[in-house]
Amino acid sequence: MTELVTLNHGAGGEETGKLIAFVRECLGTAAPLDDAFVFTPTGKSALTTDGFVVTPRFFPGGDIGKLAVCGTANDLACLGARLRHLALALIIEEGLPFAELGRALRSLGETARACGAAVVTGDCKVVGRGQADGLYLVTTGYGEVECSVRRPLSAGDAIIITGSAGDHGMAILTRRAGLRLDSDIASDCAVLWPLVELAVRAGAVKFARDATRGGVAAVLNEMAREQACAIVVDDGLLPVRANVRAACAMLGFDPWHIANEGKMIMAVAAADADQVLAALRGHELGREAAVIGQVRAGESGRVTLATPAGSERLLLPVSGEQLPRIC
Amino acid sequence: MPALEAAVTRIAAAAGDRRLAVMEVCGTHTHALGKSGLRARLAPHLKLVSGPGCPVCVTDDGYLQVVVSAAERGLAIVTFGDMLRVPGPRGSLAEARARGARVEVVYSPLDAVALAQREPRQRFLFLAVGFETTAPGIAAAVTRAPANLFFLCGFKRIMPALEALFGTEPRPAIDGLLLPGHVSAIIGADAYRDFSAHSRMPCVIGGFTPAGMAQALADLAERIARNDCTVGNAYRAVVSAAGNCKALALLDEVLRPADAAWRGLGAIPLSGYELADRYRARALAAVMPDLDPPPAAARSTACRCGEVLAGRLDPRGCPLFGKDCTPASPQGACMVSSEGSCAAAFLYGE
Repeated sequence: MTELVTLNHGAGGEETGKLIAFVRECLGTAAPLDDAFVFTPTGKSALTTDGFVVTPRFFPGGDIGKLAVCGTANDLACLGARLRHLALALIIEEGLPFAELGRALRSLGETARACGAAVVTGDCKVVGRGQADGLYLVTTGYGEVECSVRRPLSAGDAIIITGSAGDHGMAILTRRAGLRLDSDIASDCAVLWPLVELAVRAGAVKFARDATRGGVAAVLNEMAREQACAIVVDDGLLPVRANVRAACAMLGFDPWHIANEGKMIMAVAAADADQVLAALRGHELGREAAVIGQVRAGESGRVTLATPAGSERLLLPVSGEQLPRIC
Repeated sequence: MPALEAAVTRIAAAAGDRRLAVMEVCGTHTHALGKSGLRARLAPHLKLVSGPGCPVCVTDDGYLQVVVSAAERGLAIVTFGDMLRVPGPRGSLAEARARGARVEVVYSPLDAVALAQREPRQRFLFLAVGFETTAPGIAAAVTRAPANLFFLCGFKRIMPALEALFGTEPRPAIDGLLLPGHVSAIIGADAYRDFSAHSRMPCVIGGFTPAGMAQALADLAERIARNDCTVGNAYRAVVSAAGNCKALALLDEVLRPADAAWRGLGAIPLSGYELADRYRARALAAVMPDLDPPPAAARSTACRCGEVLAGRLDPRGCPLFGKDCTPASPQGACMVSSEGSCAAAFLYGE
């Protein structure tokens, strides 16, 4: 193979055939990756789609390929569905090294296999220099619904986070800011289906969503709005790694608003909170699971935070890009 | 938090049945007080009023107008992130970027040097905005700047602003000042002595943790109660009496005090910095002399950031607050900046 992907590779014909063969080999699939994948659904199913444009494309803890599977799988897991089939579209900027493309796709393939899923159909496009940022991945995920995780919330329901907040976002932001830290922050990028399965078996899970863009605060506000309830959380209860906290302080960010790629927020019936917590903590992805607050009676859509100073304030979603502060 | 609780008790005792008015000069304090919930907790005893210590908020429209013009003439703009969304007379930098201008956000001014070195054929403009906290880092960048890197000075100096605010009638109804921790780390606690004495203003320098701020405010409340118009230092781990001599020497070498226009406070003599003669070639004016900032004339908008910055208007008193003006659609700098009083009031409101 030539070193770099060129427009020829996207033009159809022999070069495109070589690109597709390369993609299949890196994904580690014997499937033909035809125009379409024919199958018979076994029961209630779920469909999701997602785009992946992260830079840098490779970071401690993950890469764009791994993220593509985790993000898709987690969107399905939020609704009680296990990812089975992935449709994958690649948009490649002319000049992307094949070595980089291969590395991302091998990671994608490995991550898919590890959670029992496979890429079954796909598409490749190559665009001119400057028309995409290296590599964009677009996925459609098909999953089988195995449990229900959406029920009306009531006052007293516990709000649980499955682990430490802010790892992924700070891994990316510290890289972008060129900050070299003694302990590199690693992304928490992971497929969360096993945690959802464990939680649902242990108790009544009434809401689940992964805390991606906008962080925990965004999910809490969505939950409060969609479920027409009020939520209170405690600043002192959010698990945050020391290096993430330090990086947040340096750049002027708040862990409540930083993206995660391997953390679920769940609302669980009060009586079941202890069992669900124990079940989560029994899994390597959920060791640091913690109750961070509860649903309470009050103004619908309102999320408040109990502060270190002993008062309460609003916890609003952040608006706009997260930008490092001046001083 | 025992240290915090002890400090709150001291504040309550010192205030008695009065409600003391304290100005927190620094924008980072404004946000830290809101975020930690300390502002709400202390509300029965302290009315905390935000001051003009937000470098982005006090950057006036004229500055942004010059920047957008420079971008349109092909200069790549290099800036701290906060400046990106400030609304200006010709739109914000983010909007200019969407229209095709090149705008790079950096964390450190030295990143601008690295950028300029990597692309010698491109001219870069660094937005030199900040108080004395940030100025030394920018000064260091100036000394290392290659020929294709220019600076547009928008620095502000804290002492002239305090003198202007409390030296003109009507004087804001403030009993004491919580002084900025990081500016003080550079200029030193002694820098405020004369001001505190002749303005009859008790002052305490504070850090930024909830307990640290509470302790600084306790010290300040006690000074107010005994009419002690001197400067206390509750941030000794970082702030010395003389300040950071190396940083001050760098400022002396690279910059010199110059008149500056502040949003809200107007033009204040010698309240900013410009490049010293030796470094004049690095100023934007050296290559685009026609891009002079227009006189500090306000845009005709309903934005009342100016009064907020001078401590004369509570953000909630602005008719635009929370309606036309929110962090998602900011009408003025105070709502955009991560140090802005209006943003803090909106985000951390009870």
